Amino acid sequence: MAALLSLEDYSIRFRTPEGDVQAVTDMNFTVAPGERVAIVGESGSGKSQTFLGVMGLLAKNGVATGRAMFNGVDMLKLRGAALDAVRGRDIAMVFQDPMTALNPSLRISRQLTEQLEVHQNASRAEAEKAALAMLERVGIPDPVRRFRLYPHELSGGMRQRVVIAMALLTRPKLLIADEPTTALDVTIQAQILDLFRELTADLGAALVLITHDMGVVAGLADRVAVMYGGRVVEEAPVDPAFEAPAHPYTAALLASIPRVDRDAADIQPIPGRPPNLIRLPAGCAFHPRCAHAQDNCRATPPPLSALAAGRRAACFHPVHEEKAA
Amino acid sequence: MNGPLLRVENLVTAFEVRGRSLFAKPLELRAVNDVSFTLAAGETLGVVGESGCGKSTLGRSILRLIEPTAGRIVWQGRVLTGLTDEEMRRARRDMQIIFQDPVASLDPRMTVSDIIAEPLTVFEPQLRRKEREARVQEMMEAVGLAPEMVNRYPHEFSGGQAQRIGIARAIVTRPKLIVCDEPVSALDVSIQAQIINLLRRLRDEFDLTLIFISHDLSVVRLISDRILVLYLGRIVEIGDSRAVFDRPAHPYTRALLSAAPIPDPKIARNRPRVQLTGDPPSPISPPPGCVFSSRCPFVIDACRTAQPPLIQTAGGQQAACIRLDNAFQSQAPSV
Repeated sequence: MAALLSLEDYSIRFRTPEGDVQAVTDMNFTVAPGERVAIVGESGSGKSQTFLGVMGLLAKNGVATGRAMFNGVDMLKLRGAALDAVRGRDIAMVFQDPMTALNPSLRISRQLTEQLEVHQNASRAEAEKAALAMLERVGIPDPVRRFRLYPHELSGGMRQRVVIAMALLTRPKLLIADEPTTALDVTIQAQILDLFRELTADLGAALVLITHDMGVVAGLADRVAVMYGGRVVEEAPVDPAFEAPAHPYTAALLASIPRVDRDAADIQPIPGRPPNLIRLPAGCAFHPRCAHAQDNCRATPPPLSALAAGRRAACFHPVHEEKAA
Repeated sequence: MNGPLLRVENLVTAFEVRGRSLFAKPLELRAVNDVSFTLAAGETLGVVGESGCGKSTLGRSILRLIEPTAGRIVWQGRVLTGLTDEEMRRARRDMQIIFQDPVASLDPRMTVSDIIAEPLTVFEPQLRRKEREARVQEMMEAVGLAPEMVNRYPHEFSGGQAQRIGIARAIVTRPKLIVCDEPVSALDVSIQAQIINLLRRLRDEFDLTLIFISHDLSVVRLISDRILVLYLGRIVEIGDSRAVFDRPAHPYTRALLSAAPIPDPKIARNRPRVQLTGDPPSPISPPPGCVFSSRCPFVIDACRTAQPPLIQTAGGQQAACIRLDNAFQSQAPSV
């Protein structure tokens, strides 16, 4: 199946007074139609910038190079109206803080209908009908009343549901969700994750879920890409990625995460801290923290190489190599 | 020592909230509502709950950083709630606090050395400069900060290192109790375990008693001997960590545990869930009866008449639920 989104030799760099920040390096990554893929990493791993670049939303000092092919069109070449036609219609994005996507001075109804009037030339009445149906679809109780409220009159969970409704109104082919539940309480998070699962399946939309939370990945994604220091270091279907991680960073991260079903004795912290993107270490960015690092790791960055079916890892000395082969 | 280190009795912390109109009577928001528990020396009590449940207000009320409205706080047999401000200030030498945002909680114009030494200038002003410097170095070593960082400023540090500075400042006066308010929530996942392990080590090294406040059950599990679950300002469950995690009794605790994401796709797909609908109600207008009744999947009419008291459970912990002996207890184990 042809890829819906294909990042090819994709890099992002920011110019800053302290020097260039290499946020994303040589990324080659595809998203298939309808699949749910998680991009996981810590702060500064490049996970958010990668997709802000695709959407043309980088800060002014940022430049994306390479190609970001969406349905055969290079997103990096689109400008102005051509870019707006794709954003918000074929690709929608949901952020951590729903208030960044909502206009505080507009009623919920207006925020939703505007989408349809702009992108689909719908009449106000048609748009209102579709918007109300979508509010109901995302599980907002009493949608008729809430339709007339302002964003600040809703709880955080309800606001995020409104944003999701807004994102899905135009039936996008790709939904990018950047830490969509990080600001929410855990019982509300569970509701929103269920909603993503149901809605993307029903509408056939592909989902890119950007998160720092491996627990959220395990519950929602089919496939996962782990980023570290601006590179994808491992890519695999979720089951093998969690069962037999190939990259030492993935393995160390899984071993370091506090879990409700584990006692303290089973947790191994990763020493050190994530790299500084202005002064990335030579070779593999993870080598200063890696228990398996050898001389070649300090000299050259390992390429992202194929292991077993659908699995790739950027490591000269992968863990569980025998199981993956 | 006889008796508990800390005893909290029927603590209430209420705030006045402006009503809907300018002239309406102010409304009362009970952030902490009739909370009682004891804490033995050396113990770590994990306080969990979602945003707005009152967990941070509880921590601050115990130190009287927020003034409680009613109830008593008894510290080593001495009633703190009656002390004058000056007496309370001196009592706080034994009781410190660590905050969530490590960088924001440090004065950007002070060096690491000044920050860590500041409590000493307040509580041990007789110390000579050399002695103070030695204490600072000792603390830096204890929390894993290199000695040469002593003259740097907070912005030069990562979140994890800044939290180490906050911890060093908290332990420099050798307190007995530290309230840790979401101390790892702002940190990267690979750093969280480092800081938790540090707190565990310091607890043993300095005989600390901890109140560890967090929304994250998995983090709380790593460090707590006992767990206190708050919902809308009230304790809904309290007991030994193992009992609460292995056999949670209150429907809210069960829902919290089953909603906590587990990084294992097979478990994530197959675990039973206690699914909650809706949002927590506003603490300004709690539901009648049990505070959890408006979201509880096991609610019956009797739940809406009165807030249930804490009842001893079969697992040994206490839970505020009138349906503890009912059939739902056998369904859906925790995690």
